[in-house]
Amino acid sequence: MDLTLKVWRQNGPTDQGKMETHSVTGVSPDMSFLEMMDMLNDQIIRAGGDPVAFDHDCREGICGMCSMFINGEAHGPSRGVTTCQLHMRSFKDGDTITIEPWRAAAFPVVKDLAVDRSSFDRVIQAGGYISVNTSGETLDANAIPIPKPQADEAFNAATCIGCGACVATCKNASAMLFVAAKVSQFALLPQGQPERSKRAKRMVEQMDKEGFGNCTNTGACAVECPKGIDLSTIARMNRDYLSATVKED
Amino acid sequence: MSNSGILKSSLAKKYVMALTGLFLCLFLVGHLAGNLQLLLKSGAEGQRAFNEYAQFMTTFPLVKILSYLTYASVLFHAIDGIVLTMANRKARPVGYVNEKGSANSNWSSRNMGILGTIILVFLVSHMQNFWYQMHFGDIPNDPNGLKDLYGVVLKFFSPENSMSLFAVVGYVLAQGALAFHLSHGFASGFQSLGLRHAKYTPVIEWSGKIFSVLVPALFAIIPIYLYITQQ
Repeated sequence: MDLTLKVWRQNGPTDQGKMETHSVTGVSPDMSFLEMMDMLNDQIIRAGGDPVAFDHDCREGICGMCSMFINGEAHGPSRGVTTCQLHMRSFKDGDTITIEPWRAAAFPVVKDLAVDRSSFDRVIQAGGYISVNTSGETLDANAIPIPKPQADEAFNAATCIGCGACVATCKNASAMLFVAAKVSQFALLPQGQPERSKRAKRMVEQMDKEGFGNCTNTGACAVECPKGIDLSTIARMNRDYLSATVKED
Repeated sequence: MSNSGILKSSLAKKYVMALTGLFLCLFLVGHLAGNLQLLLKSGAEGQRAFNEYAQFMTTFPLVKILSYLTYASVLFHAIDGIVLTMANRKARPVGYVNEKGSANSNWSSRNMGILGTIILVFLVSHMQNFWYQMHFGDIPNDPNGLKDLYGVVLKFFSPENSMSLFAVVGYVLAQGALAFHLSHGFASGFQSLGLRHAKYTPVIEWSGKIFSVLVPALFAIIPIYLYITQQ
């Protein structure tokens, strides 16, 4: 496959940045998108240039590091996959592919396609945990009986890898799906109940503080989410937050 | 109050949007029921029924309370919408070169602000044409001694009025915008309030679609009917 790539290049957070056009030839349809990017960088390095910076780690779709906005969609045109699990067979020979970083005020560009997603970490720090005494006498989690459908739903919410595709794809750069998944994974389990209201309140407050946009229920986030987190998590967070408003902190 | 920050949160703004929006959906039903009298009866009987209705709507105390709630809802819905839209713009200062919104969301869901603005512009002109006339205008009385709003409406959409075709087209286009606005807004309001359920959400979504077609269509038929029947 021969491809034309239009890649965002930005030499640091304060640089204005621009799209740069590259040609790559001999791309195998079996390559992952990131392997194709490696090929591009190999080509750039051999020509004496600066390789394109992009985030990646596990390359098996579970770490949430890779983050590319490909042809107008977060993680590209395939559904239920991260960029590393997107394969070149999803494209045609001769295609022009645009590759951009996640765009959000809360995700500032570090360099080229790599963005700073530590705003997500701060949202988690605000309440995305349960307070358990870990002195050695901690109750085994499996000692509490939990109905299977509920455990499954909590697990589904917990599969969120925090990649930020929801923010990237949302026209308002809203982080609702991410925060709602992290609220839901505890709200659905007995262990999450004591801090349930406080958690929703604090995480939403931090989300707002980070400068994410507001949810307009377009549903784009759930469509583009590589882990298939659905909108029921957002509704749950809306309920939890609403009940937190009438409770004392 | 330790929770005072909550009222300023993004979610509280969404609750306001949802509550005012859903209340305005109820208002639409009430308004439509009144307007449909223009279709159901005509001549002297129609004039009497419509003018009695208009008189009732502007004087009955309970309706007065509802009308103030409606003004407040329109105001808060619009202001909240502007505040949210501005915050959303700020949340993405640098946009994408290539963004394929159609791949993952409906057109109307992405353009609620534009649709709402069209509806607001229509609302201002609509209130100037009828609401203002009824409340502060110099309307002649009908044979029963009531303000003849029926006559005002008929004249407004009569082909004899040089602006009427423009008015009919504008009215129908505004109802189109309303239809798209409702097709997303109705079900979206429930979601914002956290009212989501595996069994009932599909019912809400379908009801929203039916509501968004039926209500604006019935509104739009009336000026067309009045224009054609007065040829």
